[in-house]
Amino acid sequence: MARQLTFRIFRYDPADPDSKPGFVDYPLEETPRLNLFVALHRIREQQAPDLQFDFVCRAGVCGSCGMMINGRPTLGCRTLTAELPTTITLAPMPSFKLIGDLSVDTGTWFRGMNERVESWIHTQKEFDPTAEEERMDNETAEKIYELDRCIECGCCVAGCGTANIREDFLGATALNRIGRFMLDPRDERDSEDWFELVSTDEGVFGCMGLMGCDDVCPKELPLLEVFAYMRRRMTQVATGQAKPDAGTSQPVIS
Amino acid sequence: MSEIITTDVLVIGAGLAGERAAISAAAEGNEVLILSLVPPRRSHSCAAQGGMQAALGNCAKGEGDSEELHWLDTVKGSDWGCDQEVARIFADNAPIAMREMAHFGVPWTRVKGGPADYFIKGKKVTLEEPREKEGLIMHRDFGGVSRWRTCYTADGTGHTVLYTMDNMVVQLGIKVHDRMEAISLIHDGTRCLGAVVRCLRTGVLKSYLAKATVIASGGFGRVYKYSTNAIINQGTGQSIALDTGIVPLGNMEAVQFHPTGIVPTDILVTEGCRGDGGLLLDVDEYRFMPDYEPDKQELASRDVVSRRMTEHIAKGKGVPSPDGEHLWLDLRHLGEQHLRTKLREVYDICMYFLGVNPIKELVPVRPTQHYSMGGIRVNKDGHAYGLEGLWSVGESACWDMHGMNRLGGNSLAETVVAGKFCGQRMGQWASQQPLALDTKMAADAVVVQQNRINALLGDGLGKANENVDALHDAMRETLQAKVGIFRKGGELEEAVDTLRDLYQRAQNLKLRSSTKGANPEVALALRLPGMIKLGLCVAKGALLRTESRGGHSREDYPERNDKEWLKRTLARWPEGAAEPDISYEPVGLLESPPGQRGYGGATNISMEQSVGKYNDNVKQEWIKQGWHETATPLGAELKEMVEYASTKES
Repeated sequence: MARQLTFRIFRYDPADPDSKPGFVDYPLEETPRLNLFVALHRIREQQAPDLQFDFVCRAGVCGSCGMMINGRPTLGCRTLTAELPTTITLAPMPSFKLIGDLSVDTGTWFRGMNERVESWIHTQKEFDPTAEEERMDNETAEKIYELDRCIECGCCVAGCGTANIREDFLGATALNRIGRFMLDPRDERDSEDWFELVSTDEGVFGCMGLMGCDDVCPKELPLLEVFAYMRRRMTQVATGQAKPDAGTSQPVIS
Repeated sequence: MSEIITTDVLVIGAGLAGERAAISAAAEGNEVLILSLVPPRRSHSCAAQGGMQAALGNCAKGEGDSEELHWLDTVKGSDWGCDQEVARIFADNAPIAMREMAHFGVPWTRVKGGPADYFIKGKKVTLEEPREKEGLIMHRDFGGVSRWRTCYTADGTGHTVLYTMDNMVVQLGIKVHDRMEAISLIHDGTRCLGAVVRCLRTGVLKSYLAKATVIASGGFGRVYKYSTNAIINQGTGQSIALDTGIVPLGNMEAVQFHPTGIVPTDILVTEGCRGDGGLLLDVDEYRFMPDYEPDKQELASRDVVSRRMTEHIAKGKGVPSPDGEHLWLDLRHLGEQHLRTKLREVYDICMYFLGVNPIKELVPVRPTQHYSMGGIRVNKDGHAYGLEGLWSVGESACWDMHGMNRLGGNSLAETVVAGKFCGQRMGQWASQQPLALDTKMAADAVVVQQNRINALLGDGLGKANENVDALHDAMRETLQAKVGIFRKGGELEEAVDTLRDLYQRAQNLKLRSSTKGANPEVALALRLPGMIKLGLCVAKGALLRTESRGGHSREDYPERNDKEWLKRTLARWPEGAAEPDISYEPVGLLESPPGQRGYGGATNISMEQSVGKYNDNVKQEWIKQGWHETATPLGAELKEMVEYASTKES
């Protein structure tokens, strides 16, 4: 006997002066292997044609479908209803500007984040099309890739105690990104540069240590280690204990 | 009057091709603005897993590789349907483009010198990786190639390259307007001036005017019911080009089915699975591919492997399931270490979406729509036929290095190679052009689109009784059932008839909602007629092409026919027409005359014309179709055609 599910979905259209924020219930019969990608499309086709939500790859890699599922931020596409009770409450992620219903503006937020942390290789070297590529040992490449796997879904920000009370907090995704470039020998930024970037209340020292980010990251990025490493490293820089550039070319985060 | 935004170069689509073209155009001194349906890093490029082909020849099995071999593999893969000069441009520039991506920051998997274990053709082998190449970009094996040349980052290649590319876009300060959809092109019949754009946050229309407009909106796989494509791959870019009535779409019948979409959900698992040693098994857990393809086995080109799988299922060897018959992909022998590092996304996809652990269990797979070889027909610089100032790169374009079938890893590489090469040509062209600011034309074009939207939100279109989702489903089911891997004349005729009828019915849409802002029902209703038009181009092109070549396989015409069909299909949609006009052009200058692929087992009907005679007609036939003069003479990039280029150019 298939379960009868109730989707309790936050509805609000900020562009419509008559729209009032609130939850609306949509009944749906459960089918085998039903995930929220399929369920929400069924609800849109059958019951609420103007329901807003975001999916793109529907395969857990593009980061579009972060939403609050029974109070926890995660990816809708790879959440199976079988893992949830019969009443499933869906709300948009906090900390991001609401576009409508379950859709939030992660694009603008992440572009801002990438600009703030200058998320690119800082180098004086020019590309030489006639030369072979600069060599890198594979272990270093793998360590960079490990942190480069962030999909900018925003779950870590939505699940962050600090980000929920202070708008300017960089969030785990930004600190992870900085960690990624600190590991990269191609990036010429030094300890002082990193210190300037992250050693503030908006950066690594604003974290309250609740580590909600680490609990909810769908890609299981080692955010706990990233925070621990960065705090220690920045404290060493501040107290003059860090060797110049120590660690920037060494794989420190395991 | 609605808002008008001006820029030198307008790029529609922020995937890899669009962003790489934007970077090139900016380097030529242009102000560049990118529009995207979604935040750039959500573009479908991010989902590409396996890698990018480039003849760097860094690993043991890549030894002796060259641009020449890469070019020849690509031409064979295309079943001689490609433009061989474009394939040359691609193969010659791919190594530089990969190294440049390394310079930009991609954490490519690197060569580790010394002994390394691999699975090749079902057997475990140990190879000695060259120590002198330690730290250079590593390669994996892929289908239809003579050397290992796929550059990769574990199985997150598209992700890492897209993030690196978008980092460059952020660094250069290139503006991206996301959640914006170009819904029509602004043009005067000879020149493209920009686009009418609908904001997907608010529903408001704006016009963007530019010297050069570049469509880089990806494929249109979502016209099929089962596709590996992201749900945004609805062909919006190809549609607005077709709507001009002037710009042709090339080889729309050339649709690729990837051997390993998972069942159900149709999510792709990379060709790298088989490249790294994964095997295909049938209902008896018997490895069947060597029986069909003794040489290439699981690693023939995708069109061939997908056909062999379909044949094998038809022999009763499929695995029955509630979601239809499938075959198995066996990755178990690759081991936990490999599956949780180099094939980690595959592991996650199997675990999350199927509940299958590929370390211990078989993965259910079947051929699934994956790639559109066809698209906006452009010259070798990326300039669209017929309309000056309109350009296209990547999957949305028919540049045409893939012909009737593309090799795995060649399209992801194409995005950065074509983006770089065509982006530079386009940027140089744009920097020499005045900005044509015809605000009246822009305003008129916005009014046409606003009237469509008002009608949809008011009483509906025309007789207004058709449901958007019902027509959308019927279109996808028709293409799935009748324009699939194996095609027959009768079914294709039925598909054309059904789609023609659906197109008429799509003139009478009635919405169920009336929300004015970012209403998703309005977005689909605006796209649907264009999607059906693309479907008709696929079906009609397939019906008329009475041969089998690459991804187009006719049961009633099983031979590749080089006598009649060494041609590219061009589809145009005149204003008010009920179906597309189809015409043909030569595929391009032949350097390699059509020959045997060495896999696939098809018979060929030979060319009667000499290569010289064939080549003599190419340029004049192309000009008739709207081809623009290119920055270097036709044939200039071909190795054997230098004499041709210097003597035959007028």
